[in-house]
Amino acid sequence: MNNESQIHVQEGVVDVHHDGNGHDHHHKQSFVSKYIFSMDHKTIAKQFLITGIIWAIIGGLFSVLFRLQLGFPDETFPILETFFGKWAKGGRIAPEFYYALITMHGTILVFFVLTAGLSGTFANLLIPLQVGARDMASPFMNMLSYWFFFLASVVMMSSLFVSTGPASGGWTMYPPLSALGQANLGSRVGTDLWITAMALFVVSSLLGGLNYVATILNMRTKGMSMTRMPLTIWGLFFTAILGILSFPVLLSGFILLLFDRNLGTSFYLSDIYTAGQALPNEGGSPILYEHLFWFLGHPEVYIIILPAMGMVSEIMSVNSRKPIFGYMAMVGSLFAICVLAFLVWAHHMFVSGMNPFMGSVFVLLTLLIAIPSAIKVFNWITTIWRGNIRFTPAMLFSIGFVSMFISGGLTGIWLGNSTIDIHIHDTYFVIAHFHIVMGVSAFFGMFAGVYHWFPKMFGRYLNNTLAYIHFWVTLIGAYLIFWPMHYMGLAGVPRRYLDFSAWKSFNQFGSLNHMISIVTIIVFAVNLMFVFNFFYSMFKGRKVRTLNPWGSASLEWTTPINPGHGNWPGEIPEVHRWPYDYSKDGREYIPQTEPISANESKH
Amino acid sequence: MSSIWIIVAFILGFLIVFQIAKASEYVAILRGEERTRRENNRINGFLMLAFLIIGLFGVWYCNHTLKDKILGEPASDHGVRVDTMLYITLAITFIVFVITQIGLFYFAWKYQEKEGRKAYFYPHNNKLELIWTVIPAITLTVLVGFGLYYWFEITGEAPANSQIVEVTGKQFAWEFRYPGADGKLGARYYKEIDPTKNNPLGQIWSDPANRDDIVGSQEMHIVVNKPVKLIIYSKDVIHDVGLVHFRMKMDAVPGTPTTMWFTPKYTTKQMKEKYGDDFAYEISCDQMCGAGHYSMRGVVIVETQAEHDEFLRKQKAQYAIAMEAEQGATPAKAVSGDSTQQKQTTPVQPQGGAVSQRIR
Repeated sequence: MNNESQIHVQEGVVDVHHDGNGHDHHHKQSFVSKYIFSMDHKTIAKQFLITGIIWAIIGGLFSVLFRLQLGFPDETFPILETFFGKWAKGGRIAPEFYYALITMHGTILVFFVLTAGLSGTFANLLIPLQVGARDMASPFMNMLSYWFFFLASVVMMSSLFVSTGPASGGWTMYPPLSALGQANLGSRVGTDLWITAMALFVVSSLLGGLNYVATILNMRTKGMSMTRMPLTIWGLFFTAILGILSFPVLLSGFILLLFDRNLGTSFYLSDIYTAGQALPNEGGSPILYEHLFWFLGHPEVYIIILPAMGMVSEIMSVNSRKPIFGYMAMVGSLFAICVLAFLVWAHHMFVSGMNPFMGSVFVLLTLLIAIPSAIKVFNWITTIWRGNIRFTPAMLFSIGFVSMFISGGLTGIWLGNSTIDIHIHDTYFVIAHFHIVMGVSAFFGMFAGVYHWFPKMFGRYLNNTLAYIHFWVTLIGAYLIFWPMHYMGLAGVPRRYLDFSAWKSFNQFGSLNHMISIVTIIVFAVNLMFVFNFFYSMFKGRKVRTLNPWGSASLEWTTPINPGHGNWPGEIPEVHRWPYDYSKDGREYIPQTEPISANESKH
Repeated sequence: MSSIWIIVAFILGFLIVFQIAKASEYVAILRGEERTRRENNRINGFLMLAFLIIGLFGVWYCNHTLKDKILGEPASDHGVRVDTMLYITLAITFIVFVITQIGLFYFAWKYQEKEGRKAYFYPHNNKLELIWTVIPAITLTVLVGFGLYYWFEITGEAPANSQIVEVTGKQFAWEFRYPGADGKLGARYYKEIDPTKNNPLGQIWSDPANRDDIVGSQEMHIVVNKPVKLIIYSKDVIHDVGLVHFRMKMDAVPGTPTTMWFTPKYTTKQMKEKYGDDFAYEISCDQMCGAGHYSMRGVVIVETQAEHDEFLRKQKAQYAIAMEAEQGATPAKAVSGDSTQQKQTTPVQPQGGAVSQRIR
């Protein structure tokens, strides 16, 4: 079935219930086609979100486990042996287990939660709703995108249960470590499964990304010019482009790695003597892999953060009751970030042995990216300036996002400067930097999105009291966990060490590690509470009784409270203005669908 | 057992919080949702300001408690440059940090929803936007300028009079080779590596430059105030020579030798006098290299030229050690007089080495 006919079928469906007067008369769908193999973008969004939540619990739990080791290196936890057997003999985490935990923590959170769970959810939910489309350009491809992600999840999950353990070469999976089973336990079947899962993941993300771009470019409703789109859509648009252009490069890198592992090629291997044996491979270079990996790896962090930026812009504007400040500058800076994202990858490799001259070029390009980032921050702050702010949970998380983005973005200026990077490369400074700027920030963007659009997804509200606790504990906890890590990094403490007792230069942070681990456990528990709130409110939350609970001007709130497949029961509304006319001419807000009146002031 | 109690406590705490949250929702409906919403808004608005003040205090407190545990004196000339760059960047980013965080949280508090307040319709201001594009651009140019100036000094050619030391990383230990009297390192090829024949680095014995090369492990001896150039190899996976006190770092890549140079400023002895007997210049592996990564430790001994000459004089060339063994003299294994042999028999054992052995 090609896209054309797909769309026609789509419209056919819509026509049926248009004539039939409302979505109650939606033609009968079986449980399977409604909830499982659904082609409705809203259902697919929920599938991505719930799968993402499950992965987030697993990935978060892994961090709790390795924080136990880091915070309490001298204690034993018999309960671990009960659950993990040989991997935690005597209640102590074995090094192989530790490295498997950190590797899977990174992989899961970067790809399965913050890529699929974040942009998969909100691109699917918001693109058709906010540009005014019945569904995605190809609902079928969209469904496939989720199911490839599901398959990737199944394979990745199964790798956790193989007897030699899952991949454990770090989430970057640098060869030769990841290529040689004899050098690393996790580099046996675990890594093959890891590569397979990631390949499926790339397929999923390409199917999704192409669909998002096609939908945004072709399926906007009448009057929805590109510059009238909410910033959410701009964020998701650039995210999709980044993914389409960079994921294939990652896949190529992985395929070569698979060849090196299983077919005896030497793309990445050379001059290796391991386990008492000289390998025949000569002439390869692991640095090639580093280039291929980071060509995705760096855009990846923007793939994670751009949707969050878009959502935060939208939510801040709605809840400040003010237009977003500098709409065009916001779009321009998203565009600049999107372009520069492809030109900075080698700043991860300043000390990899790469030519120092090349390093200098990447210093320049890397620090350039701070300019659009700075513009965005100043514009957000100006957006709340002289607003009339409603602290909905979504707004709280948006403010938290900006705070985290500032803190983590500024340390990027340290790391992007190769001279400083020599000292703090691969130390806790890096851990602090990227957890704040793309881990916690992106999570805050995601939470903001969930709290803001939950009423649209399920027709109910999340519990506010739990939301406030969730926000404040997570904000304070995140700073307590990651802020002091900058200091450990300045002291040169290397990342990926599970025990510092043998070292004289790095063992001065025992009590600090203790504190960080305790806070980690508390933050994890509070986020479990959010998960509970999510599922509980899905069924038992307060019902939404007004069409537009936040007083928002954008298009998604013109649909019924529980929109059916096709979104609008009648005609798709026409758009006459940008989505940020808040507090204009003395009016609370003017919806996008309202024509511009003759005596309206210009801006 | 205590872990179970902690989990139980968490569950109980959660149940209580949930009941309160649920009850507050009912109360809100009883009292009027709008009224409750406004009240919550005021509470969160106040918390914004509180968080700002407590947060800034926290930043100060964190610095106050930790500042003495980090960044000891840079022990190399490059280290001084790195630290200078670091402080320049710190000054600039800290100012921006304070201004923007205060702006964000103060405005959030100041402009919280109030009855009768109207938000100000302010969609854009080109002048303002231009200002905050240009100022960061200029600031970053300054940072790039300083950064690259130092970067090229640090990564430029090593001075001609540099001492040369070859560093080789392997899973989970360091090996070093000194060129001996001829000042040249002999050729090596990884297929020649054979620890049982006393050739841990794969030196090619037919190369005469190899005859006087000295091999050691775990301890690297270098000379104070003399530039040293490290030529870095790896035998198996990617490692990284991390020298925290000298502020230097460079990956060891199998198949692609890398280099790094610096000039140490103080001898180990001087540092011990300053910072106590427990001081050591350590080499840490800073690139994930497998189960024993965290234990891949080496030590640098910085000494005077005289001490260094004395050290080298006591060592036996690896060639001699290998040839002795070759001559069928079984006791060659027992030549424990030289440091190389001794140290190689005590490799750093990772904690879980036993686990992996068994599974293999």
